[in-house]
Amino acid sequence: MEFFERFAIPHPSPAIYASMVAIALVSIGIVAGLTYFKKWGYLWREWLTTVDHKKIGIMYLVSALLMLFRGGADAIMMRAQLATPEAKLLDAQHYNEIFTTHGVVMIIFMAMPFIFAFMNLIVPLQIGARDVAFPRLNALSFWLFFAGAMLFNISFVIGGSPDAGWTSYFPLAGNDFSESVGTNYYMLAIQISGIGSLMTGINMCTTILKMRAPGMTLMKMPMFTWSAFIANVIIVFAFPVLTVALIMGTTDRLFATNFFTTSNGGMDMLWANFFWIWGHPEVYILILPAFGLYSEIISTFSRRNLYGYSSMVWSMVLISLLSFLVWTHHFFTMGQGALTNSIFSITTMAIAVPTGVKIFNWLFTMWKGKIRFTVPMLYSVGFIPLFTIGGVTGVMLAMSAADYQYHNTMFLVAHFHNTIIPGVVFAMLAGLTYYWPKFFGFMLNEKIGKVTFWLLTVGFVLAFFPMYLTGLDGQARRMYTYSEATGFGPLNMLSFIGAALMAIGFVTIVYNVYYSFKNSSRDIGSDPWDARSLEWATHTPVPEYNFARTPQISSSETFWDSKKNGHVLFKGEIEEIHMPNNSGVPFVMGMIFLVAGFSFIFALWIPAVIALIGIFVCMAMRSFEKDHGRHISVKEIKETEEQLGGAK
Amino acid sequence: MRKKWALFTSMMALVFILAGCEPLLVLDPKGPQAERQANDILLSIGIMSVIVIVVMVILAYILIKYRASKLPDDYEPPHIHGNKWVEIVCVGVPILIVAYLSFVSVKSNYIVESTPEGYENQEPLVVYASSSDWKWHFSYPEEGIETVNYLYIPTNRPLEFKLYSYGPITSFWIPQLGGQKYAMSDMVTTLHLAADEAGEYMGRNANFSGKGFAENTFNVTAMSQADFDEWVDEVHQTAEPITESQFEKLLEPGHLGQMTFTGTHLEFSPAPEHAHNEVSEDAEENQEHSNHENHTEVETDHSGH
Amino acid sequence: MHIDHSKPLEYSTQQNQLNILGFWIFLGAEIMLFATLFTAYFTLEGRTGTGPTPAEIFEITPVLIETLVLLTSSFTIGLGIHAMRLGRKNAMITFFGITLLLGLCFLGVEIYEFMHYYHVGATYQTSAFTAALLTTLGTHGGHVTLGLFWGTFIILQVKKRGLTPETANKSFIFSLYWHFLDVVWIFIFSFIYLKGMM
Repeated sequence: MEFFERFAIPHPSPAIYASMVAIALVSIGIVAGLTYFKKWGYLWREWLTTVDHKKIGIMYLVSALLMLFRGGADAIMMRAQLATPEAKLLDAQHYNEIFTTHGVVMIIFMAMPFIFAFMNLIVPLQIGARDVAFPRLNALSFWLFFAGAMLFNISFVIGGSPDAGWTSYFPLAGNDFSESVGTNYYMLAIQISGIGSLMTGINMCTTILKMRAPGMTLMKMPMFTWSAFIANVIIVFAFPVLTVALIMGTTDRLFATNFFTTSNGGMDMLWANFFWIWGHPEVYILILPAFGLYSEIISTFSRRNLYGYSSMVWSMVLISLLSFLVWTHHFFTMGQGALTNSIFSITTMAIAVPTGVKIFNWLFTMWKGKIRFTVPMLYSVGFIPLFTIGGVTGVMLAMSAADYQYHNTMFLVAHFHNTIIPGVVFAMLAGLTYYWPKFFGFMLNEKIGKVTFWLLTVGFVLAFFPMYLTGLDGQARRMYTYSEATGFGPLNMLSFIGAALMAIGFVTIVYNVYYSFKNSSRDIGSDPWDARSLEWATHTPVPEYNFARTPQISSSETFWDSKKNGHVLFKGEIEEIHMPNNSGVPFVMGMIFLVAGFSFIFALWIPAVIALIGIFVCMAMRSFEKDHGRHISVKEIKETEEQLGGAK
Repeated sequence: MRKKWALFTSMMALVFILAGCEPLLVLDPKGPQAERQANDILLSIGIMSVIVIVVMVILAYILIKYRASKLPDDYEPPHIHGNKWVEIVCVGVPILIVAYLSFVSVKSNYIVESTPEGYENQEPLVVYASSSDWKWHFSYPEEGIETVNYLYIPTNRPLEFKLYSYGPITSFWIPQLGGQKYAMSDMVTTLHLAADEAGEYMGRNANFSGKGFAENTFNVTAMSQADFDEWVDEVHQTAEPITESQFEKLLEPGHLGQMTFTGTHLEFSPAPEHAHNEVSEDAEENQEHSNHENHTEVETDHSGH
Repeated sequence: MHIDHSKPLEYSTQQNQLNILGFWIFLGAEIMLFATLFTAYFTLEGRTGTGPTPAEIFEITPVLIETLVLLTSSFTIGLGIHAMRLGRKNAMITFFGITLLLGLCFLGVEIYEFMHYYHVGATYQTSAFTAALLTTLGTHGGHVTLGLFWGTFIILQVKKRGLTPETANKSFIFSLYWHFLDVVWIFIFSFIYLKGMM
């Protein structure tokens, strides 16, 4: 029995038992459903073994949406607990677990897969490629992300969730102060999905550098591709730092090393430094692709070319460089002295300049345009003022002397949600609505979409603006309760109401998908928004080879040129197309990683070693395998093109 | 200058109205450091509000003027690449704003990291503030007193807090006297504060440190030097001396009420050796200072009482 | 598959070019990985707690042997790639074989070195310094170990399939990896051992 005790939840509550039952029922339901409808083969052939960037993108998208709801459930519980003084909904331990998982899920398992979804779906289409450079590696990246996400989520029902905050500062996250396996989950789950992210970074950089259609010079790439490229360069340079930090954290917890401990020379500040050397660039990994999406959307719905293309590019390059030079601003209060703080204060504020350039470029893109207020455009228009507020509060936080007062308070919480929600989440929802027809063949309902937008925007303002005030009034972040005498009550209640509105908003997205699936027209053509860049030049839904003939590029808006200025996109005869074969190995490897991670978390060394050997066997098999892909014949291509409504 | 103050006052008024008339703690400073920080905050709120308003006005103008429903059907937007002058303005103005704020920020950094302005000539009161799960221990080496979870301080005298932790990283914060600083287990950080007015202030650990974090607070009472001296005498007459075994017990995780002892735990459980090698100009001085404290002061104190 | 004969075999197809570029980017990430490890090492170098200091545990002889062996292996793999460019399959396999043998020697000496540390009381758990040292060395050593397997697989494939665009590409990429490990070792040698023994 002793063996099994480690899997028990250290701080059980009825809510957790209820979730256990729910998880079990849903799992049984899925298995039964797949069996009853005989969909196992379909699932394996079309999804689990796919190496198609579009299908992988869709899997990222679905996972991100699921995780959005998981993280959102955490958020609403936190706001409910804080809505009134001395509430008893959650105790301290549960509150700590919930804000920890909220942070990790939202950043690592919601925002990251969301941007990967769009990178996968859009980048190859925008550069006129058949797929990414390493399709099978791409599948492996997804399955590693998936394994990490699953691993992290089962912490809730097996062994206990991490409870040291998403920043997981040592020594609090060390064995002395965090005894449950929760933080092991944190270390291993993020490690596994982080390896996946790193491989996506390498894959996308190579794809964008080498696989652009003829004529597409770097300065003729669509803006989203540029943003994806820069984000992936940051990934390649930032994620290894996290990898090392997580290895050290893991060995501290599992093998009793002394990297971050309070004895034998360990140094807790080292973790904080490493975490933020990765953590700050990570913010830009998320926001730059969001900027890219906004650029595409604003330009499309203003019916104008993107203003200041080259300044957009250079500002992103500058942001990416600066992002590595500001990490200390996450702990101005660590006592590194006035000089260090001054330097990092200035570098941090400097980021406001290129960001400001981007804001003005979006404004000037709308200038003299012909603005249509579709749902994606609404998000983009809402983004500009809200993100500006988030940005300027960032400048305020960058003033290090004043930061001594903002640090660790709700003011900070308000600030970063004010950048991430209008910045990243709105962009993802805008992108979701904008690209939905391209991949699913029907439009999402505009009316419901607008209701969603207003619910989210009003909810956002109500939820987060009060926090600026409670922060200045001395409400520290991560407090699970407060007394009535503090006077935080009313503003926190307002936050709760806002959060509830946002929750309703997110539910309407699901309803919208259901409603549109049933009612929307399927006859939308390949270019329903009258868009400008290359991804709209192929059919809807996109055939597996993307373009029957490789497009010829004239500018960053080649498709628009072909519609308005008589540019000929597709020249020459259709030729045979070479495509990669599907493979089950990435999925299998992902699952072995899941087992390995789980075994490490619980210090089960025998299965851990077996799983590691399994991973190496998979790699060796890949090395010896002869797989030259397959060819799609001209006849087949012509048939597909005909079916989709004429050759392109 | 007057214009700036007018801006401050109006911003302050706006913020108070929003907060339901109670002044927000951070913007209701009772000491020179907190005042400097509050001024910086209000200044930046002022400048930033202007930026936000400008962006919103431009956005609203564009959205109203160029919405498709208002424009003729045959209107075709022009192709505009960019304009050198527009871009110079868009880069130049933010650079000027950032440069100005950087200037203010750097100046403030040196101010909050040294003895408060106007107090340079006075001997500071040194207090060792150490945290353990989830309490604060305050040692007054010169006075030979140790308290738990409450802090008595004299007004109009510089205060030098030496911070460290017996566990997770915590952050020592008295919003109305000044911003926070971390307390960590392997080095001592220094926070310079001072109180201008007598009164009771809220103090807390601001950095998440586990289960008991929310209640990890302490009361601060600022009083005149004469009252403070009286309190010190009273403690010496009434309180028990702190012993090593007793201190070990105090360190166990949990919550305690307010406690008072004579003597300090520094005598048997000294602060960590590494004072942070501050990069500021007084690095050397600092080093000397901490050596001095670790050995001599504690020593003399011991013999003094 | 389109083969461009004007280019060296390892660059001759589109996929080969992608592989090589992708691997260079991967090496960029590896540089960050080792840079982080070095940063950790330099930060924790002096934090020995109750354990030994660098000067007390470092021995010059095994380190010199390791350095010599690894530098030579970097040279022989260079010869191997040269032979490959000339299309001399057997010479190439021989040089790759020598490279891997030297790698094995390196690993053997490193294992001896680790045992020495264990005996003088510098274990993984002793102090922040030993943890950082062993993690940095161990990560490099782990890369070498992985390289031994990978290199063996490549030799087997070249033997069986001959010098095709695919095997040439793999061999070339493996040589990049091996040179990279050598460069990392030079940094380890200079900034960990020499600095520590000074």
